[in-house]
Amino acid sequence: MTTDIRGAAAVVGVADEVSPTGVIDVPLRELEARVITAALADAGLSLRDVDGLCTCTGGALMHSVELAEYLGITPRFTDATQTGGASYGLYVEHAAAAIAAGEAETVVIVYASTPRAARKRGEKGLGVFATPERLEWENPFGVMLPISAYALAANRHMATFGTTAAQLAQIAVDTRRWAVMNPRAHLRETITVNDVLDSGFIAEPLHKLECCLVTDGAAALVVTSAERARDLAKPPAFVLGAASAASHAMISQMPDLTVTPGGLSGPAAFRAAGLTPADIDVVELYDSFTITVLLALEDLGFCPKGEGGPFVADGALGPGGTLPGQTSGGGLAYTHPGAFGAFLLVEATRQLRGECGERQVPETKTAVAHGTGGVLSATSTVILGTEATL
Amino acid sequence: MTDTLPVPPPSRASSPFWDATRRRELTVQRCESCARLVWYPRFVCPHCGGSSLQWEKLSGDGVVYAVSVHHRAALPALADKVPYSVVLVDLDEGVRMMSNVFGPPPTVGDRVTVTWVPLEDGRNLAVFETK
Repeated sequence: MTTDIRGAAAVVGVADEVSPTGVIDVPLRELEARVITAALADAGLSLRDVDGLCTCTGGALMHSVELAEYLGITPRFTDATQTGGASYGLYVEHAAAAIAAGEAETVVIVYASTPRAARKRGEKGLGVFATPERLEWENPFGVMLPISAYALAANRHMATFGTTAAQLAQIAVDTRRWAVMNPRAHLRETITVNDVLDSGFIAEPLHKLECCLVTDGAAALVVTSAERARDLAKPPAFVLGAASAASHAMISQMPDLTVTPGGLSGPAAFRAAGLTPADIDVVELYDSFTITVLLALEDLGFCPKGEGGPFVADGALGPGGTLPGQTSGGGLAYTHPGAFGAFLLVEATRQLRGECGERQVPETKTAVAHGTGGVLSATSTVILGTEATL
Repeated sequence: MTDTLPVPPPSRASSPFWDATRRRELTVQRCESCARLVWYPRFVCPHCGGSSLQWEKLSGDGVVYAVSVHHRAALPALADKVPYSVVLVDLDEGVRMMSNVFGPPPTVGDRVTVTWVPLEDGRNLAVFETK
């Protein structure tokens, strides 16, 4: 990002909808409206205050415009960029820049998806991944996307750096330890490394318990100017830095399967925030698969490239660990409706506010929400902080 | 194998590639401006933006860059191949392709060479076997 946005905007309202069964059987528009209304109420704002809208789901063509009509609002700023699970951090980045530039004051960011319902309709195949290039150059070889792509990346990391199956499994174990403490999480039974390693393969080397859930769900955020944020219902989570990057679409075109575009967005976000990884209290890293977390830790600089395995091996990411991570229970155990990006930002904000009950990380002042979209294709890194960090 | 592999008809950019597979030749484009190889077939060089791309034949030899053994068939045509390996192969000339290795799974760094799976329309699909 080129505009200096440090502290110019803040997340002031959050809401998400999840279900113990994983199923939320309502039309997408209704789900979007519900979660937006809840996020605005959380902030002490109403739809009349909204002049910006970011979304890339639910609509047929002009996602943000169609939703704006449904909500009866006239946004002067909209963004419907689609970078998968990285979209929502990208929206925070763009919203903060728009607010800093005076192009918007209060921006709603929303995500809703009901893949369980889609599965009931019998949809299969490459689905959203069915681009002409994939159909010609990847699909004939029997790939299952996204899992095949992440499995190839995990294999390459293991072969290059000696990362072990047990180290990757530890990420699933620690994520589950957080989910056990989250009454709204989908999976709440403790698991062990052996449970993960015994859970079977779909695409080696990723075991079933290293793969995210498929649930219905929705999340919304309200971002507004720092000035307005201070007068609202909850303590603001200020946007200290944010950046995005994209390096490829197909896994067969990824330059190096052990380096994600997080190697660009992470350092850029830290520069913008004037912070280093050592300054971060909590991380919410997109855990579509265990390898996604491992690569993010390295690319964001929490450990050197190739040392993610030893870094996570002793429970660093779990409760009481040196770097509490995926504290909601993540996409592996909390919820995962196709893209978890918005939920990362919701949980980071709740941790900064101290609203997380049993799973609250004490004295959280800084948090990273790092989204990954596609097949390690696009990333967005957002660094949030409390008033004390400004 | 009763089900056929779902290989789309060639595009305007990829026709020369698929025509060469009828002769069991593995070909890729090379950019006349920057001399680098281009995979997959395009009308513009992704390295330098050049628009003059010429086809040339590869040796078909390479090294496994990454492998994932698949325990479920993603395609009905692969049902009798399970478990099969999805691989990324670094060809010796310097391009990386997705493909398959059937039979015993290879590991990263294994030398492989191209072999061909016939398609119904006379084209062939490039897969690899360990050397």
